[in-house]
Amino acid sequence: MTSFTDSLMGLLPFLSELPGGVVSLIFIVVVIFLGLVVFLFMAANALVAVYMERKVSAFMQDRLGPMEVGFWGFRGGKRFWGGIAQTLADALKLVVKEDIIPEKADKPLFIIGPFILFIAAFCAFIGIPIGYGMAISDFNIGIFYVIAISSVGVIGIIVAGWASNNKWSLYGAMRAAAQIISYEVPVGLSLLLVVMVVGSLSFYDIVAWQEHHRWFLAHSPFALLGFLIFFTAGVAEANRTPFDLPEAESELVAGHMTEYSGFRWAIFFLSEYANMAVVSLMTVIVFLGGWLSPVGSLLRLFGVAEGWYFLEGPIWGVFWISAKAIFLIFMMMWFRWTWPRLRVDQLMNTAWKFLLPVALLNIFFIGIWELIFA
Amino acid sequence: MEFSEVIRHVGSTFPEAVVSQDEGTHYLQIVPEQWRDVALHLRDDSKLRFDALMCLTGFDKGPGQSLGVIYSLHSMEHDHKLEVRIEVARDGGAVPSAAHVWRTADWHEREAYDMFGITFTDHPDHRRMLLPDDWIGHPLRKDYETPDDYRGIPVPKDKRGWE
Amino acid sequence: MTTFDQAQLKNFGVVEAEEMTIHMGPQHPSTHGVLRLKIRTDGEIVSHIEPHIGYLHRCFEKHCENLTYEQVIPYTDRCDYLASMNNNHIYALAVEKLMGIEIPERVEYIRVIMAELQRIASHLMAVGAHGLDAGGITPITYTFRDRERILDLFEYTCGARLLYNYIWIGGVSHDLPPNFVQYAREFLDYFEPKITEYNRLLTYNKIFIERTADIGVLTPEVAINYGGSGPVLRGSGIQWDLRRNDAYSIYDRFDFEIPIGRGEMGTVGDSWDRYFVRVREMEESVKIIRQALEQLPKEGDVHAAVPKKIRPPEGSIYFRGENPRGELGYYIISDGSPKPYRLKMRSPAFVNLSLISEIATGWMIADMIAILGSLDIVLGEIDR
Repeated sequence: MTSFTDSLMGLLPFLSELPGGVVSLIFIVVVIFLGLVVFLFMAANALVAVYMERKVSAFMQDRLGPMEVGFWGFRGGKRFWGGIAQTLADALKLVVKEDIIPEKADKPLFIIGPFILFIAAFCAFIGIPIGYGMAISDFNIGIFYVIAISSVGVIGIIVAGWASNNKWSLYGAMRAAAQIISYEVPVGLSLLLVVMVVGSLSFYDIVAWQEHHRWFLAHSPFALLGFLIFFTAGVAEANRTPFDLPEAESELVAGHMTEYSGFRWAIFFLSEYANMAVVSLMTVIVFLGGWLSPVGSLLRLFGVAEGWYFLEGPIWGVFWISAKAIFLIFMMMWFRWTWPRLRVDQLMNTAWKFLLPVALLNIFFIGIWELIFA
Repeated sequence: MEFSEVIRHVGSTFPEAVVSQDEGTHYLQIVPEQWRDVALHLRDDSKLRFDALMCLTGFDKGPGQSLGVIYSLHSMEHDHKLEVRIEVARDGGAVPSAAHVWRTADWHEREAYDMFGITFTDHPDHRRMLLPDDWIGHPLRKDYETPDDYRGIPVPKDKRGWE
Repeated sequence: MTTFDQAQLKNFGVVEAEEMTIHMGPQHPSTHGVLRLKIRTDGEIVSHIEPHIGYLHRCFEKHCENLTYEQVIPYTDRCDYLASMNNNHIYALAVEKLMGIEIPERVEYIRVIMAELQRIASHLMAVGAHGLDAGGITPITYTFRDRERILDLFEYTCGARLLYNYIWIGGVSHDLPPNFVQYAREFLDYFEPKITEYNRLLTYNKIFIERTADIGVLTPEVAINYGGSGPVLRGSGIQWDLRRNDAYSIYDRFDFEIPIGRGEMGTVGDSWDRYFVRVREMEESVKIIRQALEQLPKEGDVHAAVPKKIRPPEGSIYFRGENPRGELGYYIISDGSPKPYRLKMRSPAFVNLSLISEIATGWMIADMIAILGSLDIVLGEIDR
């Protein structure tokens, strides 16, 4: 029982008595059900994250953010929960908004573009566990799968930028392509550190290793460096400031999203926030102990016996992994509302002239570290 | 350098250029034909050094009379000022462009052309500045008649209530 | 390595690279209004810039010929809507000089206080918007927070927050309200430490420095030849401020420095220098206001003896003063009637904008935006 799919199938003990065709039918129903769960999770993530972004940005900018929209007269006003239903109202607005396709746009590609991006983000969630046994599907090559599938998204951006028939969109698309391809490399190389040490591509194995040793972040100075590289490159992969060049609004209006409106634009937004969640969850699982409690991990470091551990267990695990991921998302928002944006050549220099060599050296040094200490 | 000295300096170098001068407002009227040489001299002569063109104003002396351009010059080095006026005929009058001497003149001359219809010969980019390219007439001329419509859009001329 | 010429490349199906023409604006987030830049780009590099202006042309000069001298003042407000006080101030000074009117002492001080407050407000906008152009969204909210306090002071004084029509020919529209001096001092005490906050947030931010230092270098010679003025000229290292050099109004009574670009982060005259000149000018303006509040006569008339109908004698005048954006000049030709025969406004942003094709060509699109931000243009003033 290492994934939700397995668990759901296991709930039905009479399966073995049914003919094969019916079993596959039930399997499809289960998969559709789980897909719906992922979609709802993504939607909820976007709603909450957008609300959080608004409030975080507002408080960082000496504003109040949304204050008016609430449920049944519960408006909150100037308190920090004010405007709690703002994003819901916005989402509703976006869904019912007029769907505009520019006349000179390449219609089929224009329609398909946002969904390619969406599918990539969606599929990435399938492989990411939020607790032991809590993934939609268990891959023994989890890391590889998530990295591979999440880079498919850039095709969606290119398609959208090209199909819009707008020069700003095209610029955005070209920048996105260059950026994501460049930052794939340091992301992959810093994940290699973990794979070298743990000897597995499965997320469960990586967390298990961290449970028995320590958080990978604290493995060695090189692992810490790897974490920084990974998170930096991850921010770039999620197109967030200071790496938000594809949609740089002071230069490119809105980059690849310039011509989009309404529901399609909402899909872009959904995917963007989903990508943020994917990057944060990956970082948490690989470097920050995943669903392990920081309390337990600390106690283990000091050699306290297991009986003393508290705040453990699967439910707490989900809490811990979300708390850590939300903290990283908060970090990304913090970056965005503090820093200006890099220029496109500076962005490339950062990737190829700094992150890449450091990541390569890192691999070398962590190998030596392992040889000496392991 | 005092204004009278500036006048004397210019007058001795270009005896035919100066039409009239005025001590009170520090202006010097010159003929358009020699303006290019005078301008270069004003900028490059070590005693004059009018390196900055503060302002360029077109003006219209009234219907049927001549148009003019005023170059307000200033020397950052010597901190003295000079106004050069050039008057040209209303129809077909042309002033040699000073855009090669002071780049400030580039856009200002375009604006003067736009508003007064003064032609600047050898201007690097002789087009309208503020108005649309297909605008008819030059609005700051005193005899300008507001057209009835622009591209089919009627121009409201009823000024009751705001005059 | 084999090289191919274009014809051979075509045979291989390789498409020849062409330059792309883009119209940036009139609707674009960072053209500060309705500016249209026709740019030719080679990839990200901008190889040619051609500004097209006039989208906001409101026939200011034609209007003026049909209005009396007092009626022109509200129009000057609307030219540079971020520095209305300065526009009022310089216009009033120009007409007063043409007529030879003597101004009461107290009025001069009130005008200087207002003009310098307005300068701070305008520079706050410029600094924040430059951050916005570089991609940092937060600085502008901080600068707006403080600009708001200045607008509150203006509102307290004359009732308006943006277009004041406050400084009139021969005086000001209202005397200072009660306790204004105290409120102004409170604002200055509040504001001075905030400059450090901007510096920490934006000025010395590594990314901002990377984006602006050494970018769009304007050499002093080019700056003068193009007629650049204000922070643009001073950013190139030229100590030139009309408040000092022409010493109009009562600026000769105050002790203040003229900040110039020193190339701290890169070359003298780069975008960062132009930006930082504005930040330091705010400090200097604070100094001037403090001195003016100190010296402000307690009592006094706020209207000079001006004839009811303002009829300047026949003649012409070019009067210039230091606007937050640079040298604002009015060329007024009077024919002795109550309406100006010709009124030309020499707007600093108009001249500064003409520099863009000189200094931004050859840089990237993102740099061009940063350079445009460092020129601090206001389209209302450019198009008039």
